[in-house]
Order: sequence, then structure tokens, then C-alpha cells
Amino acid sequence: MSDNNPKESASGEQQKQQDMSRRKFLKNSGLVAGGLVGGSLFGGLLTNSFDSKKEQKVEEHKDALIDVQEAMQFFTRHQDFLVLMAATEQIYPEDEHGPGAIKLGVPYYIDKQLAGRWGINGRDYRHGPYTASLDESDQSAGPAGEQSILDRGDIFIQGIRKLDEESQKRFSTTFDKAEEDQQIQILQDFDDDKVKMNGLAASEFFALLIQSTLEGAYSDPLYGGNRNMEGWKMKEFPGAQTSYAGYIDQDEFIKLEPVSLRDYQGH
Amino acid sequence: MVKKLPKVDAVIVGSGWAGGIAAAELTKAGHKVVILERGRDKKHEDFMGTKDELRYSKRYDLMQDLNKETITSRNSIDKTALPVRDNSKARLGNNTGGAGVHWNGMSFRWLPYDFEIYSKTVERYGKEKIPKESTMQDWGITYDELEPYYDKYEKTAGISGEENPIGPPRSDKYPNPPLKETPTIRLFKKATTDLGYHPYHMPSANLSQAYVNPDGEKLNGCVYCAFCEEYGCDFGAKADPIGTVLATARKTGNLELRNGSNVTRVSHDGKRATGLVYTDTMTGEEFEQPADIVVLAGFVFTNTKLLLISKIGTPYDPKTGQGIIGKNFTGHFNNLSTYIGARGFFEDKKFNNFMGTGALGATIDDFSGDNEDHSNLKFLHGYEVHYGQLGTRPIANNQVPEGTPAWGKEFKKQSLKYANRNLFITAQSGFLPNKETYMDLDPTYKDSLGNPLLRVTVKYAEQDRERAKAGVARCAEIMKEMGADTMNVDVVEDDVEFDHKFYTDHFFGGAIMGESPENSAVNTYSQMWEMENLFVVGGSSFPHNSNYNPTGTIGAFAYRAAEGMNKYLKQGGLLTQAELKENA
Repeated sequence: MSDNNPKESASGEQQKQQDMSRRKFLKNSGLVAGGLVGGSLFGGLLTNSFDSKKEQKVEEHKDALIDVQEAMQFFTRHQDFLVLMAATEQIYPEDEHGPGAIKLGVPYYIDKQLAGRWGINGRDYRHGPYTASLDESDQSAGPAGEQSILDRGDIFIQGIRKLDEESQKRFSTTFDKAEEDQQIQILQDFDDDKVKMNGLAASEFFALLIQSTLEGAYSDPLYGGNRNMEGWKMKEFPGAQTSYAGYIDQDEFIKLEPVSLRDYQGH
Repeated sequence: MVKKLPKVDAVIVGSGWAGGIAAAELTKAGHKVVILERGRDKKHEDFMGTKDELRYSKRYDLMQDLNKETITSRNSIDKTALPVRDNSKARLGNNTGGAGVHWNGMSFRWLPYDFEIYSKTVERYGKEKIPKESTMQDWGITYDELEPYYDKYEKTAGISGEENPIGPPRSDKYPNPPLKETPTIRLFKKATTDLGYHPYHMPSANLSQAYVNPDGEKLNGCVYCAFCEEYGCDFGAKADPIGTVLATARKTGNLELRNGSNVTRVSHDGKRATGLVYTDTMTGEEFEQPADIVVLAGFVFTNTKLLLISKIGTPYDPKTGQGIIGKNFTGHFNNLSTYIGARGFFEDKKFNNFMGTGALGATIDDFSGDNEDHSNLKFLHGYEVHYGQLGTRPIANNQVPEGTPAWGKEFKKQSLKYANRNLFITAQSGFLPNKETYMDLDPTYKDSLGNPLLRVTVKYAEQDRERAKAGVARCAEIMKEMGADTMNVDVVEDDVEFDHKFYTDHFFGGAIMGESPENSAVNTYSQMWEMENLFVVGGSSFPHNSNYNPTGTIGAFAYRAAEGMNKYLKQGGLLTQAELKENA
């Protein structure tokens, strides 16, 4: 191999940094004194995460990887996706602190989640009888808010189209093209149950929309949101750190570069 | 067609702390043991690199799949129960190690008062102080009798703790020193000390240093990575059944742990249990595993359901007060007895909230149990107030001062600002049993194998609400002393009812212990009075709920039960026969 191969030297530099991180980690964690590491217990992951050879290569393709992963898995109508983008951006808007839902990849995160087990309520109890419209007295009889026969995918499709329908009705334009104030007004009415949905309350859909937007902003980037860990950076959350043993008793606020699971697991 | 397997000495339902401890002690004594665990096989390797909030805290990867089985819930006996359909309302343990894998590690001892609650209440306040709806009773054992088993559990798990200045007597110190002190713990300790209370580090199963337990199992020292509750430990530094008692049992060569084995009933002839019938979740085939002793060591819901479906003991009837199976359901309910308190917001201070570990924190016992005089209070039992630095995670940590919108520009701004500028302290309170809070079989809903779901009915009593209100007020007092600029203080409404969230995993009763078959399903060795080779171990045997996390006490009673099992396999008979005769 040639000495001036840029890839090779970059990789060598990275290796050096990883070795330093490892030493720093061992120092911070107090494990050198503890003595059990390196024995049979937990050598595997430590070695793994700091010795990855593939890292450099993956790094180069990261942006391309994000691009090819951003296509619709669950939604079928482009208009539905435009509404989803607009709604999540109102819930978590771009501001002086940093990106909003769209730049963080939240709409694609939600699309991916709905395409998987969560979207079909795969872990949930799904046997009848279902109690679709709980009246006041029934509400307290059992766990409300989750008794619908609709799965999360059904709920999103219905909710997103209802947002659009309300916008057409009130402002004669699609939700995504409505003014910011108009979008906020519609979303607030969903939150306050002033809009009627079929098979569940509008506020239940809205709660799901808020929950999944925050998940998309702050979950590990592996799920398609929190792009470049920008969500974590805004919140000063450092991700999957190996150890805080060297910091835990200190008074100062500690700022660390965030670590994603891909880096932590070191595949 | 049920296929009958070769007989073993003992067959156990569940591989959590209760089943694991029983297995360790039985196999060490040379007995052949089979554990039937319906969840997946898990090793510590499965938890490495799993610091993934979405997967574990929002998708509940380690919890029971409700698509196969759940519970139904209602808050009054005249209502129709509905199924708890999703894990955000039911965080129940599953897989090898059970809930002992994803617990926080808070490992308290309960109070002498807890085990003799009826007698001590009558003695101090008179019989009229016992509320009319209450079914509280003595447990048939004293703290002093239980103490050696606490000691044994704490040594197995390597509990790291600081002496509680007003705690019950201990025969030995904690096997490990307490976890580190952080700036926020110092703040809590100073505030509570200034108020005249007695703070101490919470006893923790997240170990403060590397440790080898008496069975020779190695545990690492905690690195405070903040992925503890709802996670298996990435670093082998939280005591769990996999790394301790199950490993010990495996070393003997006498344990077979059979995953994917969903136990559906106890086989018996009316006098003796003959084994366990289970469905292989991979093939759907049914097997019977015969054994000399049968141990139910599942969660409260599992143990109770198996007894009811197998028609062992008399089901409790809330209308007549007769029967015992399903009686005295209690717990820590998250709109009443834990997760409520005071959240302080600090303008000029920033904390490393994202660091921590499950049982890192401090607590005060000045209001626990009967530590304060209840003569002029409208409730019995008490609350402990604690600050815990579990480590916050970003999807869940969106705390904003009251009045801030829950979404949009202002929400984003405030939730980012306060992410590391807020602290929460909570009052965890006891819950006393009442006549209408119990478990039975649901008349409508079925599990994936066609068996009825367990139905849970929870009714809060006046005194439960009063106790919660007192606890929250104390949290506010302390948070103010800690210097918060503004506070969100939870409100306990006069008419608050159970909200059907089985979120805390601290639930008890259904096969309660006592000194005689008149008032209990099992004796203090967790042995069924009516079927002496059947042991029902775990939180299901607790006649009420204290204000502390339960695992330490579950561990202690599991060691006592295991001692009883070994004794029974030698000599047979009821292990508390003498007391039974005295009472008869």
C-alpha cells in the first residue's frame, strides 16, 4: 500500500483516535483498577467498538445511504406525505436552536415505523370485543384510548386525510399549503377533540402524532430520524456513551460529542 | 394429546428472581430442577450495545408480548373490564431472568411494621383505626425472622448501600459501599437534612465496585451509563438472575431451563400437585412435566391465573369476603403511589441529567410505614420520598413548566432549555388491601391459547388518596428547599380512580401468606396450605404493599421458600405445622 493513499492514512488516524478513546474510557470508567474487564465478562463489545475497520468506508457512503432510504414504505399517496411533513413540522418546528421535524427526517421515520410491526400493533392484544365509542361512564371502566379496532396505520391514514379535509373545508386549500396559523388552528382543534374522527377520538390520533414526532426527532439515527444526531445535539444528549464513571460526581455540566448506536456497536 | 415427560425433583414456572433463587438453592442441594420459561433465551451478550431508547423504552422489547396474553382491568366491581391492549400500560417482565433483568436495582428492606401491620396498628392506635374496607393482616412472620434471608439476598446480589440512619437492625453491613454521590444527590441530602430529615443513599443492585458473590458469581462495577430501567445491563454491573442465581444453578449440572414453555395449568389430584402442563410456543405441542414439588414463581398475574385455572384453593368473592385466591391485590399505582411528586425547574443551574443508573439516588424514611405518628392523620402506612438519578433519555425527557404548550415553537424552546435544568422527586407510598381490590378470571376475553384472561379490579380507598396527597406535599416542601425557581406539583384529586396502567411492575397479592389457612393461601415458606408440595413464590404472597420497591423482599422470601422446599423434599409435611396446630 502506498503511503500517500489518503484512505489508508485517514483510517490510520482514526485507529489512533479510537485507541485514545479506549484509553480515555478505561480511565474514566475506573475499570483499570476494577480488574474484571479483559477477563471473561465483557471484553467482546469493548474490543469490537473500538477496532472497527469498516467504519471509514461506511462513513463515505452515509449521505448516499440516507438518500436511498428516504422513500415511502407505508404511505402511498404523495399528498398524504406532504400533510404529514407539514403537521410534524408544526409540532416540532425549525427555529434558532436547529432543525425541525422535516430536516430531522421525522416524516420518513414515521413512514418506516408504520410499515413495520408497530404500525400493525404487532405486540398488542388484538382480540374483540372492541369498544369503539366509549361513552363517559365506559371510559372509566377500562383502559381508554387504546380500545379501537383500528391499527396505527389505519389511524394515521384517517387522521392525515382528516387534517387535509378540515383545511379544504375551512380555508379552501390543502393542509400543507395552508398558512402556519391555519395549520396550528386545525391541529389545536384535533388536540381539543373539536374534530370528529371515525372509530377513535381526534385527540388520540393527535397524541400518536406528537409521540411519533418526538420519537423521530430523538431516537437513534438508525431508525431514519434524528438526522446527523441533530436532535440530540439540540438537547445536549450525548447518545450511547460507554461510561460516565469519570464524570458522574463532578459539578460542571459535561458536553460530549454524541455517539450513535452504529458507532457504539461498531459493526 | 398431552405428552408426559420423565419426572424430576422440582419443576418451576418462571426464571426471574423468585424462580432463579429457588433453582439455585434446590440444585445446590443436589435436586434435579426444570424451569419452564415462556419467554426467549437471554444471555448477557443479548444486552451488549442495547442503549436504544426507542426499542426498549418505547417499543418495550424486553416486556411481555401482549398479543399472546394480557389482563383486563376495571376500577369497580359493577363495571365491565376491558383488556389492557398495549405495553405503554403494562410493563410486565418476560424472557430468561424475567423482570429481574430490566429492573432499576432499588433493593430496600421492608419495615418490621409491615410484617405485623395489623397487630402494631391495633397496639398503637386501637382497633377502630383500621378502616372498614381494609383487609390488612399480619404476615405470620416478624422482621427479625426474615432478616437472615434479607442478608442472604443482599450478598447474592451484591447490594451497594449506605446504612439507613433510622432503618431496622441489620445483622451485617451491605456487601458493597454505596454508589457515588452526585451534585444533585448532594442537593437533595442537604435540603432534607436542613429540614430535619434523615437522607441516605438508596440501596442498589447496580454495583459500586467489582464483586464476587458467595456463590462465586462475578459482577462488574457500574459505569453510570444511564440505560438501566427497561434495559438489560450492557456491562454486567446490575445484579440479575442470569448472572447470579441462574448461573449458580447451571454450574451444578442439575438445572434445565426450558424456554418457549408456556405453562397453562398445574396438574394435581386434589391433594398433591403432580406437575405442570405447558405448551411449547415453537410447535404448539402440549407437555406435562411431572415433579415431586411444583413451584409457581411467575409474576403475580401468572401465579394467580394458574391457581384459578387449575382450581386450586377457593377463589375470593368480593361480595361475601369468602375465599382467598385473588384476594388482596395491591401495588404501586402511577397516578397515586409512585411517579407523582414535585418537579423543580432551575434557571441558573445545569445538571448532568443524562448520566446515572437505576438505583442511584437518595431517600428519606422519616414518613415511611408507621415512622410518623398517624393518630391525627387520615391514613395508615406512609411514603418514602426519593430523588433518583436514573439518567434521562431524550424521547421521554420533555419536561416543561406548567402552562407551556405540549407541542409547537414554545414547547420546543422550553423543552430544550429545561432538558438539563429540571429535577424530580417522588413520594412512593404504601397501599393497603381492601375488599374490592382483587383478581379473578375474565368472563369475556381470552389469551392466544383460548384460556380466560385474568381480570384485575382496583378501587382506591379514601386513605390511599390522603396518603398520596401527604406525600406530594412533602415532595413540594423538599423541592422548594432544594432551590427550584418554579415547580410542577402533581395534584391528587379527591375522586382520582385507578387509570388502568400496570406500569410500575410492583403488584402483589392473589396467593397471600399468613399464619393460618383461615386468612391465607400459603404459609411463610410460600407453601400452599391446601397442597403441601406446591409452593407459590414471589410478590403474589404479599398481603399488602409497602412504600418501598419490592425486589429485596421478594428475594428474601424466595430464599426462605427455597429453604422450605429443600426441607420438604427431605421430610415432607407442612413446614409451619406447629403454628397451624396452635391456631387450630
